[in-house]
Amino acid sequence: MTTDPQLQPVLKVRNLAVQFPTRTGVVKAVDDVSFDLYRGKTLCVVGESGSGKSVSARSVLQIVDRPGRITNGSMELTRPDGSVVDLAKLDPRGKQIRAIRGREIAMIFQEPMSSLSPIHRIGEQIGETLRIHFGTPKDERRTRVIELLKQVEIPNPEKAIDRYTFEFSGGMRQRVMIAMALACNPSLLIADEPTTALDVTTQAEILALIKKLQAEYGMAVLFITHDMGVVAEIADEVLVMYRGKVMERGPVEQIFHAPQADYTRMLIGSVLKLESKAEIRLKREPEAIAPELLLDVRNLSLTFPGGLKAVNDVSLTVSPAKRSVLSARAVRARPRWDVVSCVFTIRSKAPPISAARTARSSTSALPRARN
Amino acid sequence: MRRPTFSRPTLEAKLLTFILKRMLFAIPTLIAVSIVAFIIIQLPPGDYLSTLMADLASQGGAVEEGTVAALRERFGLDQPIYVQYWKWVSNIVLYGDFGISFELNRPVTDVIWGRLGFSFLLAILTLCFVWAVAVPIGIISAVRQYSITDYGVTFFAFFMLAVPDFLLALVSMYVLSTYFGQSVGGLFSPQFADAPWSLARVGDFLAHVWLPVFVIGIGSLAALVRIMRANLLDELHRPYVTTARAKGMSELELLLRYPVRMALNPLISTLGWILPAVVSGEIIVSVVMSLPTTGPLLLRALLSQDMYLAGSLILLISVLTIIGTLISDVLLAIADPRIRLQ
Ligand SMILES: Nc1ncnc2c1ncn2[C@@H]1O[C@H](COP(=O)(O)OP(=O)(O)O)[C@@H](O)[C@H]1O
Ligand SMILES: [Mg+2]
Repeated sequence: MTTDPQLQPVLKVRNLAVQFPTRTGVVKAVDDVSFDLYRGKTLCVVGESGSGKSVSARSVLQIVDRPGRITNGSMELTRPDGSVVDLAKLDPRGKQIRAIRGREIAMIFQEPMSSLSPIHRIGEQIGETLRIHFGTPKDERRTRVIELLKQVEIPNPEKAIDRYTFEFSGGMRQRVMIAMALACNPSLLIADEPTTALDVTTQAEILALIKKLQAEYGMAVLFITHDMGVVAEIADEVLVMYRGKVMERGPVEQIFHAPQADYTRMLIGSVLKLESKAEIRLKREPEAIAPELLLDVRNLSLTFPGGLKAVNDVSLTVSPAKRSVLSARAVRARPRWDVVSCVFTIRSKAPPISAARTARSSTSALPRARN
Repeated sequence: MRRPTFSRPTLEAKLLTFILKRMLFAIPTLIAVSIVAFIIIQLPPGDYLSTLMADLASQGGAVEEGTVAALRERFGLDQPIYVQYWKWVSNIVLYGDFGISFELNRPVTDVIWGRLGFSFLLAILTLCFVWAVAVPIGIISAVRQYSITDYGVTFFAFFMLAVPDFLLALVSMYVLSTYFGQSVGGLFSPQFADAPWSLARVGDFLAHVWLPVFVIGIGSLAALVRIMRANLLDELHRPYVTTARAKGMSELELLLRYPVRMALNPLISTLGWILPAVVSGEIIVSVVMSLPTTGPLLLRALLSQDMYLAGSLILLISVLTIIGTLISDVLLAIADPRIRLQ
């Protein structure tokens, strides 16, 4: 046994098995899964959907949906005071596991909209964890929640605290979820596909935020995804799952450069194939412009009165034979839409592009925090 | 680059606009209701005087034609219907004068206020009873889905939905008086009927009122239990429940704070139809149980074509219903912030 607490895993899962007794038989959703989570390190669980990632994560908090049941294994949590509890042995409705949920292990989910209540103010939902675990009085809670909102980079935290989820964009809602998870300064953060429902740009922002906060709080992170791109971005260690079983486990470099399991190779391969297709297309000679162009946009720019350059020198063509996808991977999500609205304003022979009108079409999204 | 700040109207401002808008919308409804009420009481052929003469003739008496014409003129019955309507409505709005009751020969206002008060009280008590009982039963039924309790509640609810009010009123009165020797009917024992309010009178009132409240409310109660159960079953497995559970909240607190709170919202809007159901149920039941409310008065006024009395009663009952619906809209907007955005 090591004496250095840093080398001691925060959570040690051994031979975890979860079963769902159904009418047609017993579904082994998780079958003999083992892993360790260390402070400051991220373990990514990957696998296609239905491979048991979410069920594994939920088992840790004992919140598996009925009729799911942990049938075997141990989950040893080392608490800050050095004591060790086996989470698998706790009663799912008991006081002991409740004291751990949200306090020592926090969880964020895939759909921030449905995972938050639409009729409670976000400040209330974030501060609740503090009330449950520390009995923090109301005004103190408010101060702490504002501080948390600042940490997750939500603009105007003093005002945002009294707003409802439907007043936020998807990325902002996920930030609210993260603030909620961080409220009690947990030692383990479980993130179940937190970026899957978000667009690419927002996804990158959320990943960066989680990384930053992990460094600040020194948490262990259990990150679930089905996207190898995300794995490459965030993982220290990777656990590949398929049909409830662990296919492969190892450091991220090994998984990408020397994958052992065929399934892992296939997962990596499917990402590469997508990318190579795009590369092949780029390498091809641009075809001669077809005589019948549907749309030919040259050097389109759009500047808002405030000086914000939404669209800067964009050219594109649409020909009848091909579909064009306007993708803006590296930039913020908004401009793609602005290009489209410009084009339509022109095509409908409206007076010169009305910036106000175009700006309006995107007011439903809140301003992004990172500029 | 500067971030734009929140400059949209706040949700609170939107709530106020919402309430004002709803109140404005209630005005055309009120006008329509007053017209419909007036048309309904004019629909049967003849008027109060022809009914009166027919009654007198059947008893062997006769009235001279001249007297009838004079009376017609005095009551304004010889004028076109829209003039009668306009006089009636403008007097109500300007002077609070609802006209006179021909049959009782007294101003309508003298006759109805006391009864309207009891009707209102009965409706409020019934609503409280229905909600206070239906919500917890609905919760238990949903949380213990497919348990004995749930099946029992479901059976009872469907049974009660199928039994008509008046039948329940008759049966319960019969059972109570024959097997328990209770005085049933009315809202007071005879010695308290016209006594001034006192603690003893309140006690007597409570001892009488529970039966009509039960009879009038049970149908709506059964419907509400079913609705509450269905709403809650929809909410129990929503992701936000899992989120709250993952925070470490206890199961009971979680249940009440999230899914139940959500399931109550659609229930608030049922006030819009429960109130009319209670009011019309009250009219039938109070005739059967001879309660001192508007029901028996309305029935008598309709039979004798006492048009201003009947019209005023219909109008006031409708107004109460409209106000109830307005209140339920406002409550819903307060309870569910999403409503205010629409
Ligand atoms: N509530 C449930 N009832 C029955 N089976 C379930 C339930 N939840 C999950 N499962 C089973 O567990 C398997 C793994 O699910 P899950 O962990 O959600 O997959 P994912 O890897 O996509 O997160 C599913 O394929 C399903 O067979
Ligand atoms: Mg999943």
